Amino acid sequence: MIEKFDITLNINGRDHPIRVEPRRTLVDAIRDDCGQTGTHIGCEHGICGACTIILDDDAVRACLMFAVQADGRKIRTVEGLADGDRLHPIQQAFIDHHGLQCGFCTPGFLMLAVNVLERQPDISDDEMLDVLASNLCRCTGYQNIIKAVRAAAAEMRKAAT
Amino acid sequence: MNSYPVPPRSDERRVLGHPVPRIEDPPLVRGHGLFAGDVAFTHQLHMRMVRAAVAHGRIVRIDAAAALRLPGVAAVWTSADIPDVPAIDFRDASRAAEEIKPYRQPVLARGRVRYVGDPVAAVFANDPYVAEDAADLVEVEIEPLPVLVSASDPPGEFDDGRSTAPLTVRHSFGDIDAAFAAAHAVIELDLTIGRHSGVPLETRGAIGFYDGAHDVLELHGAAKVPHRNKDTLVRMLGLTPAQIHLHEGHTGGGFGVRGELYPEDVLVLVAAKRFGRPVKWIEDRRENLIATNHSRQQRHKVRAAVDRDGRMLGIDDEFFHDQGAYVRTHGASVVGRTMSMLTGAYKVGAYRAAGHFRLTNKTPAATYRAPGRFEGSFVRERVMDAIAARLGIDRVALRRRNLIPAAEMPYTISFDEAGAEELPLDSGDFPGFFDKALAHFRWAEVEAGAKARRAAGELAGTGVAFFLEEAGRGPRDGAQISVDTSGAVEVITGGASVGQGFETVMAQICAEALGVDYRGVRVVHGQTDRIAHGIGAHAARATVLTGNAVHATAVKLRGLVLSYAAELLQTPAAELDIIDGVVRKRGKSGSPLPPGPSIALGDLARRVGPASDLLAGRNPGLTAQAWFTTEHTVFPFGAHFAVVRIDAGTGRVTVERLMIAYDVGRAVNPMMLEGQLAGGAVQGLGGALFEEFTYAENGDPLAVTFADYLMPTLSDVPPIETLITEDAPSPRNPLGLKGGGEAGINAVGAVIASAIDDAIGIPGAVTQLPVTPPRMRAILRKSGR
Repeated sequence: MIEKFDITLNINGRDHPIRVEPRRTLVDAIRDDCGQTGTHIGCEHGICGACTIILDDDAVRACLMFAVQADGRKIRTVEGLADGDRLHPIQQAFIDHHGLQCGFCTPGFLMLAVNVLERQPDISDDEMLDVLASNLCRCTGYQNIIKAVRAAAAEMRKAAT
Repeated sequence: MNSYPVPPRSDERRVLGHPVPRIEDPPLVRGHGLFAGDVAFTHQLHMRMVRAAVAHGRIVRIDAAAALRLPGVAAVWTSADIPDVPAIDFRDASRAAEEIKPYRQPVLARGRVRYVGDPVAAVFANDPYVAEDAADLVEVEIEPLPVLVSASDPPGEFDDGRSTAPLTVRHSFGDIDAAFAAAHAVIELDLTIGRHSGVPLETRGAIGFYDGAHDVLELHGAAKVPHRNKDTLVRMLGLTPAQIHLHEGHTGGGFGVRGELYPEDVLVLVAAKRFGRPVKWIEDRRENLIATNHSRQQRHKVRAAVDRDGRMLGIDDEFFHDQGAYVRTHGASVVGRTMSMLTGAYKVGAYRAAGHFRLTNKTPAATYRAPGRFEGSFVRERVMDAIAARLGIDRVALRRRNLIPAAEMPYTISFDEAGAEELPLDSGDFPGFFDKALAHFRWAEVEAGAKARRAAGELAGTGVAFFLEEAGRGPRDGAQISVDTSGAVEVITGGASVGQGFETVMAQICAEALGVDYRGVRVVHGQTDRIAHGIGAHAARATVLTGNAVHATAVKLRGLVLSYAAELLQTPAAELDIIDGVVRKRGKSGSPLPPGPSIALGDLARRVGPASDLLAGRNPGLTAQAWFTTEHTVFPFGAHFAVVRIDAGTGRVTVERLMIAYDVGRAVNPMMLEGQLAGGAVQGLGGALFEEFTYAENGDPLAVTFADYLMPTLSDVPPIETLITEDAPSPRNPLGLKGGGEAGINAVGAVIASAIDDAIGIPGAVTQLPVTPPRMRAILRKSGR
């Protein structure tokens, strides 16, 4: 039997005390131990980015970390983006610009985009495209994702001034 | 044959035809989706497959003792544990050829394994990590047998005394020998389409639940064709239709591969019943790349006979279809589709096609978005480019000359063989449409620009391809619509949502006819316990067939609403309209509504409840059911245009522009149709340039992660341009719809090949897809660059 460890995952401001094997991936712990299933698993080898979350201040792939490595750190997932009934500008922009079809890659793209726009509100278009090219989408052909992120960037800059 | 009047355009409609936001989106952007992995039952077991690690061999021994000793393991099954479970059946069992039935896949391998990934055993454990540990401990001893990896090699042995070449499908019309005898020139090409597939971002998942209290088996995680799969499971498991139900949640992409019936779906059901515990299985990505249907791989040896002007006298095509290790739910239908659609929108004097359906020791293959069409369009348009080069005729002029002229529409392509379905093309002015598309792309200017760039030393070129699509296969689909006492509308369909926006499309169609806000329409799909029949979401038929069923049902319900309202409001029904969910007197067009009595749909529903005295023999409530029936499919069409440039040093092909022009008849939601076209086009670029399931000679799969199987990323693709026209609505359904799921991908392989040839100035250079950088370099080296 593999020994289990008591850890606390802080997800969207709420503590989840859980007991996990050290080999348990962070994405499995977020989904199955903490019940936050908005974060998706697409490849489990760090390429598709469907499991992207924000850990402290970094967008990371939750399939490539162990849950124990996130003990006590601040995790943000797609469930934490909206403020009650009010959607985050990036969520609204994805709806307005048809930036999703099946919606499976969407949480990963949302977290990736939010993280980059929060860290670098004035990021150049080229740099932003470079960041977004790190996640895979199989439905949209990407153009509407780009439009949505551009619109959200403008909205977030407006809100910040 | 049905012939409906030309339907109104969107400017005469309230919501149908308008690019409104999707009703699917709010839960999906909040992380509230219910994908297969999100489904969980208390006390569930987790299943893990043990898969063959060699491509072909006899099973000598399977030893599960060590696995069973692991705490938390409930059972390990091999085929000996499920002797009564038959092989996965064909969806259209009565239509499938008898010759291919022995080639169906058993749920767990019996005696032999035939591809790397073939399920050999299933482990059931309390925890998915433990199940995976235990699967690693199952010892499988296999005595290797000769491996066959190429469908055009001499056939091998599938089973004792049974060859890997069960079937050759043939389609023909006209006098092919006379066509070649009369030819001014004969073109011969040897063309290969690579093995690739849909690869949705969500892997497959299946959760079996047995409700012992009611003796009902439930399969969760169903997709694409839940009702059709239910029928198959009823046959396979010897159940009555009331004893099994399939439930579709959110589906993370379908593309033809997701939602077919696979071994794992059957296993979780059988296990759930036997163990009396829910059983959950989620595929991992490696499994997804070796176990979920592959597609596309064909090699065509094609000859074309043309007259002096390049007119197509005859096409003679012999091809080898690499089916992989087993025949799955579609039977041999991709072979048939490839040849029936191969001549496309061109007028061809004579045609002879022979498709050799061959088993190999690779992952089984089936349909992927535009099945048979991506392949056939590549072949046909390569032939067109070759004719143009040989005779020195402009590529565009040659295609235009060969298109079926508008004056000959509707035009039926029929075949000599008994049972080979004819293609009764319903509407369209192909040459007129082609001109419109060329002008929109600014073809002449763009082609001249590429020529100038080549003169300056760049490898830049343009490509063109014309394609025909098929959609809306019947014979019929039904729907039920109800208005509840709050005024909310529920549309129950047997359709399916694979992420394409099914709910929004159905809500728009319903809202238009019923006079309600589409955002207040709840659309049920993929639930076999809500409606007995359904055709699901495949072959671009959901919008055409289910959409017209919803339209017919909404029209019927509207009639019921108005007849009750006429009584209550003491106004003739003909003078009433339903606007934003309220029945009121119709205003003269353009003038404000006259004041007068009105009633909201929710109030009306309450007034006609079971205790109502208005019913006078009628059933209570506001509910209607109706069907849409059609004898024939519909035929949308389009053209692809591309500009590429090539880096001679690396062999990288950069697609600078890609445009799809498409006549869809009528678009229900142009925003979503553009999304379908763009998404399909980018998948097509994957098959044209990047994606390939490669195999070693011993049958080892070489593309088993996303680091080996390269799907396009955002930096690999241009913005996809679209031109949607509605000049040729189908006369075969009241809404004029033709379906839009497959056009985006159809001729992408063809158009990229055409553009690459042009860029390097070597006609016929591209004979194989995908044109990966090494293949591009090889082409350039061969020509001395």
